[in-house]
Amino acid sequence: MAPRVDALFYFLVALSLFFGLLIAFLIVYFAVKYRRRPGRERGVSTEANVWLEIFWTAAPLGITMVLFFWGATIFFDQTRPPLGAIDIAVVGRQWMWKLQHPEGQREIDELHVPVGRPVKLTMTSEDVIHSFFVPAFRIKMDVIPGRYTTAWFEATKEGEYRILCSQYCGTQHAGMLGRVVAMTPTDYQQWLGGGATGVSAAQAGQNLFLRLGCATCHKPDGTSQGPSLAGLFGKTVKLQGGGTVVADEGYIRESILDPHAKIVAGFQPVMPTFKGLVSEEGILQLIAYIKSLGQQERTAAK
Amino acid sequence: MNGAPREHYLNVDYGVRSWLFTTDHKRIAWLYLLSVTLFFFVGGFFATLIRLELMTPQGDLVQAETYNKFFTMHGVTMIFFFLIPAIPAVLGNFLVPMMVGARDLAFPRLNLASWYIFILGGLFTLAAAAAGGVDTGWTFYTPYSSIYSNTHVALTVVGIFITGFSSILTGLNFIVTIHKMRAPGLTWFRLPLFIWAIYATSIIFILGTPVIAVTLLLVALERVFNLGIFDPARGGDPVLFQHLFWFYSHPAVYIMVLPAMGVESELVTAFARRRIFGYSFVAFSSVAIAVIGFLVWGHHMFVAGQSVHAGLIFSFLSFLVAIPSAIKVFNWTATLHRGSISYDAPMLYALGFIGLFTIGGLTGLFLASVGVDVHVHDTYFVIAHFHYIMVGGSVMAYLGGIHFWWPKMTGRTYPEPVARIAALVVFLGFNLTFFPQFVLGYLGMPRRYHAYPPEFQVLNVMSSAGASILAVGYLLPLIYLIWSLRYGRVAGRNPWGAWGLEWQTPSPPPTHNFDVVPRVVAEAYAYDKEPEEVYEFVSPGRA
Repeated sequence: MAPRVDALFYFLVALSLFFGLLIAFLIVYFAVKYRRRPGRERGVSTEANVWLEIFWTAAPLGITMVLFFWGATIFFDQTRPPLGAIDIAVVGRQWMWKLQHPEGQREIDELHVPVGRPVKLTMTSEDVIHSFFVPAFRIKMDVIPGRYTTAWFEATKEGEYRILCSQYCGTQHAGMLGRVVAMTPTDYQQWLGGGATGVSAAQAGQNLFLRLGCATCHKPDGTSQGPSLAGLFGKTVKLQGGGTVVADEGYIRESILDPHAKIVAGFQPVMPTFKGLVSEEGILQLIAYIKSLGQQERTAAK
Repeated sequence: MNGAPREHYLNVDYGVRSWLFTTDHKRIAWLYLLSVTLFFFVGGFFATLIRLELMTPQGDLVQAETYNKFFTMHGVTMIFFFLIPAIPAVLGNFLVPMMVGARDLAFPRLNLASWYIFILGGLFTLAAAAAGGVDTGWTFYTPYSSIYSNTHVALTVVGIFITGFSSILTGLNFIVTIHKMRAPGLTWFRLPLFIWAIYATSIIFILGTPVIAVTLLLVALERVFNLGIFDPARGGDPVLFQHLFWFYSHPAVYIMVLPAMGVESELVTAFARRRIFGYSFVAFSSVAIAVIGFLVWGHHMFVAGQSVHAGLIFSFLSFLVAIPSAIKVFNWTATLHRGSISYDAPMLYALGFIGLFTIGGLTGLFLASVGVDVHVHDTYFVIAHFHYIMVGGSVMAYLGGIHFWWPKMTGRTYPEPVARIAALVVFLGFNLTFFPQFVLGYLGMPRRYHAYPPEFQVLNVMSSAGASILAVGYLLPLIYLIWSLRYGRVAGRNPWGAWGLEWQTPSPPPTHNFDVVPRVVAEAYAYDKEPEEVYEFVSPGRA
């Protein structure tokens, strides 16, 4: 992504230089050529030229439309993580970054990634708004309490890159720093193996699922009070009273914390809220578990 | 002139009460001038502390929480108590009635009330500063401001809430005056462009200010009464705050810059002594900016998790709002063509304005390009961009305007050579302060950092050095303008040889502005005609 952002950036620099110098040149040239002199105490008021006005209205319009489409194309790709990206859960809080890999490793203020593989960040905050900013990758996304935002990047070179918080978040805002460590895929595998808990994010989610008693109602065959969660993730769900919703991260989070907000068609609003009983990281693990249920089903179907 | 000095609005009475209870728009302009100057130097004081702290990468001068209060107080004071009122309430108050040939604004007592409301709001905010300050940033983002901050948020936002009414009433006063009190013959298309700009600004005042007032009130309510409006833990939506906040605060950028553009049109024509190039294009571009300006707030939220499509629409509209600004720049430049240009201090500010505003505008294109904005959003690139617009644009135009109309306001001229030097010092100091910040932002230095990675130090030191030069440039006019009140040469009615209606009456003007009601028979800036061919002073005026 970075080279594409830079290409437009440098194009804008060139464009600005051209127009900036043009205006500066004209001002200086006119100011000198038409300086007040004896015998010419007043300017000559030329009539406005409508064609000239139309020209310098249309020309900037044309140029800005090019910029708009160029910038929009980049933005589309910035906001759409490619398939097969590594799913990293990010939770921001005053003033640290907590991250978890799908394999279960947790990190604070550090993120180890392999080069050459896209990494998708699903982010939320425990308190105020933060913003996850890695200048080297030209990515930035606000991390907002109460909802998920996403960002993605792909490191192309091994090394360490700064993570900065770019949304003012209180006293130690300037200290909310971290680093991305990009490693070769082999080193990354090794890093994943070392110091691991052996419990993946999805497994941690499953443990939580059992401990919180979710399994009592959400049975895989859908024979209990709650709908089955198998294969749910990414599907369109029919709701009570018409309407549908795509079962994404945000929907699952809402259903855990505010279960009565959207009721699945054919079910009763009997689920209690789990607000205060499960942390933001726990919810992300539950989501990882529900996602894995979908994959199991798809694998089984094959 | 036989012995006794002529009576004018300044010497008609010297008592304190005659100032505090005045309903003369010219005296109220002075009340505002003194108050906004005070706020400017308060805001500048905080800016100085910020630049001192950023000389070194370590946060060694003050604690982080103190630094956070500095930049908050800098932003709050400069935006709500200097930039927003500066040109409309000082120059607008003085000039709108004079330019339209009226005795006063439509509602003189309301005008005085506006000043008192402004001062009351200012006192609340200064009280918050004195009580220990506020640390949310001038943007008051929730839920930090409404729940997490331990500082005087409620007191500050109440101050801003109160001050908002001053803006609304001033805007109302201007709109009614411009509609109803124009001199005979002064049709809409004969109005000076400053009046068009003030008119457009007044529309934003009236439509936008209630939104920020209510939004900040909601923050205070959530803070004090624990209502769940913006706090997600209580069912609120923190991003809703940003929508409401920027719905006003982006148009507020145009509140700050449209009047500056109006001043610019007056200065360029007066010192090139020719008609503005493309009058109707310049006039309507002000209106276009006011209208489109209400539809671009989402570009402050490109990385705040709004939908991709919302991002694209706001990007498109943001590009669109650049067009009227470009039209103005081209027309001002074309106005220089075949002019008779003198380089007096106001013109130096005006030429500097075009250059700096152009840079500010062009870098706005970077931020409207949503793919690039993602990288430079909330970095020093943004800081540099909006200082080029607000300081390079608005403050330059304000200073140019103060110098230009100083002889009219005081009856005295300021010392020209030192004023030219000051204008150059401001221009150089400004560029040295803020240009390096574009580079800093591109390299990835976020805003509101009290300490920063060491690789950013060189550029920060350059910026701080520039700020000290800029401070000299701002202190010089303060000194020599005060000096000129007593020692300046007597200016006379029209020292610049300008054609505006305000120059056709003595300096300082009589309380009722014109001894004879003027009749306007030609378009504005008709430098190819004689003033007698533009204005007829026929009917006897009443004292």
